[in-house]
Amino acid sequence: MSLAMFVQHLLNGLTLGSLYALIAIGYTMVYGILRLINFAHGEIFMLGAYFVFWGVTLFRLPWFIAVIGAIVVTSFAGIIVDRVAYKPLRNAPRISALISAIGVSFFLQNFAIVVFSAIPREVQRPAWLVKVIIVGKVRILPLTLVVPALSFVLMMGLLYVVYKTKPGLGMRAISRDIETSRLMGVPVNRIIALTFGMGSALAAASGIMWALRYPQLQPVMGVIPGFKAFIAAVFGGIGSIQGAVIGGLILGLMEIMIVAFMPSLAGFRDAFAFILLIIILLIMPTGLMGEKLEDKV
Amino acid sequence: MKKGLVLGVIVVIAVIGFMMIQGQKAPEAPAPEPAAEAPAPEPAEEPEEEQAAVESGVIHVGVYLPLTGQNAFGGQLELDGVKMAHEEKPEVLGRKVELSVVDNKSDKVESANAVKRLIERDNAVAVIGSYGSSLAMAGGEVAESAGIPMIGTSCTNPLVTQGKKYIFRVCFIDPLQGAGAATYAYKVIGARKAALLTDVANDYAVGLAGFFEKSFLKLGGEIVAKLNYNSGDQDFTAQLTEIISKEPDIMFIPAYFAEGAIIMKQAQELGVDFQIMGGDAMDNPKIVEIGGDAVEGFVHTTFPYDPSMKEMNPVARRFTDNWLAKRSDDPNVNAALGYDSYMILIDAIERAGSADPEAITAALAATKDFEGVTGLTTINETHDAEKPIGIVQIKDGKKQYIATITPEL
Repeated sequence: MSLAMFVQHLLNGLTLGSLYALIAIGYTMVYGILRLINFAHGEIFMLGAYFVFWGVTLFRLPWFIAVIGAIVVTSFAGIIVDRVAYKPLRNAPRISALISAIGVSFFLQNFAIVVFSAIPREVQRPAWLVKVIIVGKVRILPLTLVVPALSFVLMMGLLYVVYKTKPGLGMRAISRDIETSRLMGVPVNRIIALTFGMGSALAAASGIMWALRYPQLQPVMGVIPGFKAFIAAVFGGIGSIQGAVIGGLILGLMEIMIVAFMPSLAGFRDAFAFILLIIILLIMPTGLMGEKLEDKV
Repeated sequence: MKKGLVLGVIVVIAVIGFMMIQGQKAPEAPAPEPAAEAPAPEPAEEPEEEQAAVESGVIHVGVYLPLTGQNAFGGQLELDGVKMAHEEKPEVLGRKVELSVVDNKSDKVESANAVKRLIERDNAVAVIGSYGSSLAMAGGEVAESAGIPMIGTSCTNPLVTQGKKYIFRVCFIDPLQGAGAATYAYKVIGARKAALLTDVANDYAVGLAGFFEKSFLKLGGEIVAKLNYNSGDQDFTAQLTEIISKEPDIMFIPAYFAEGAIIMKQAQELGVDFQIMGGDAMDNPKIVEIGGDAVEGFVHTTFPYDPSMKEMNPVARRFTDNWLAKRSDDPNVNAALGYDSYMILIDAIERAGSADPEAITAALAATKDFEGVTGLTTINETHDAEKPIGIVQIKDGKKQYIATITPEL
């Protein structure tokens, strides 16, 4: 393999990996605070991508405004999902909320099929994002640089909110003990709504980035990225924001490198991701950056 | 808390496992247990039910197509074609024909259920469908064991009709198509080195890639790269980078059009300068819309019909004019195949002089030189339609029918 080719693979892997990381951040944040695996995350991701598409094509909004608008609308969608499907189950066993999340995921998929139709739609991308930069034999999309940067910024922003602000303090308190937090005067429902709003905003941001990289919208577009990001989050240590980013990057690079070094196994790429998940759970259930289990109980 | 996580993982694995079983490819060469199915169609308990349907005056024809899911677009066009044919010929033998339509949701299990429903609940004497070989195989098993004739629209994998008594189709089969694509690539484009990028979870793609490879090698060409992916993948950069490093003259992608459009976009971004070629599943008016300038120059094989054809037979001319009179979009080959399958069925019922499934089956098997939108159709002994192969290229953002070729096997 020539150096140029290796660099090209590396860049491809970096782009894919940082997209996984971006989705995984949202997954892990909701889990870290509520101990709920929000299986509807992939569908919220899909909604975010569709909202931008509408903003740009239907309302002819400039990209920048369409993106912000879509993120805001998607956050509200996330808060509504919480109100309808998770809030009534707050005191029920965790498994009920998990099943409810799976239900929401299927509901949103089918809702999208009915409302948006199953026909794939093309995404019009701003020209500067897809103008290929050629360095020697290596071809770089500006998007390849934007996505990791955005993942990093969002990760830092999230860490700031969680560790340096008052609502963040509330989130951390809730993650320890909901009842005690309530008794201590933490506005539990408001903080949880905020958590879902932020988680959904992250899903929307990643959905938009994904649609820019793979410019086709489909109601089921969130399923596989959702699963992959889930693996990335578990791999990195679910609940840990830095872990999600590292897990996503490693998973993306691994997927590309498997194809690069073992082309005949390319068809088993997805299988490798799930094998990784099983191995991690068997030998390192808390993931790379996961806290010690005792802390969370 | 740990319980929730472990449970979540179990659920994920279960769902993925389920998806993988669904996406599993069928064995390539041997027919899927025709021996086990063969004794099934004994018409022992069927007659009373069917007699009722025959007597009632209305002839029920079932249609099952993917109207939602990944193949929705092609399925919808085929349904439009069937409906248009039905409007033109709503009666046969002086009896009304009634269409019952069921959506198979681009899913193999739903496909089998759809055919079951059409036969058992709607008393269909014949079934039309489906787009997609995997779907037609699942539905075909049900029709075969019920002894109800089925006409496949655009399912081109040989296994669909192999060893089946009641299954027919109006399209050519993939060995012929693969040979046609290879012939065009080798003789007309002048390609000597080919690369393949195949969806391993799709019967159609695996089959067609194999037939292309076989014919291309036989013609004297070389396959320099064979890369795979899975249905639903959206990132093809690793595979494409690998293919680019092998410097082929042509890349053959037997993909469906939505996936094909994404592959071509990424190929463009990675600086691909070789010819890309596909099969009939790329034949869709939306390809330019969702592929943009990345699909410019793309070549694919198809059935010998396209509205941009220079010479059309009278049936194709009438079909095109009627379609354009009613709708704003262009007709395409899927609509044409939907139209042809209904017309061939009506022709068979007419020749049989009865709506009895057995009689229709016999008449369908005897179809010879039927003039359809997609050319003269003869059903051969393997129940497949023999017809020439068309070549379409995307030029200046438009589909252009550029050649009709007879493959050299």
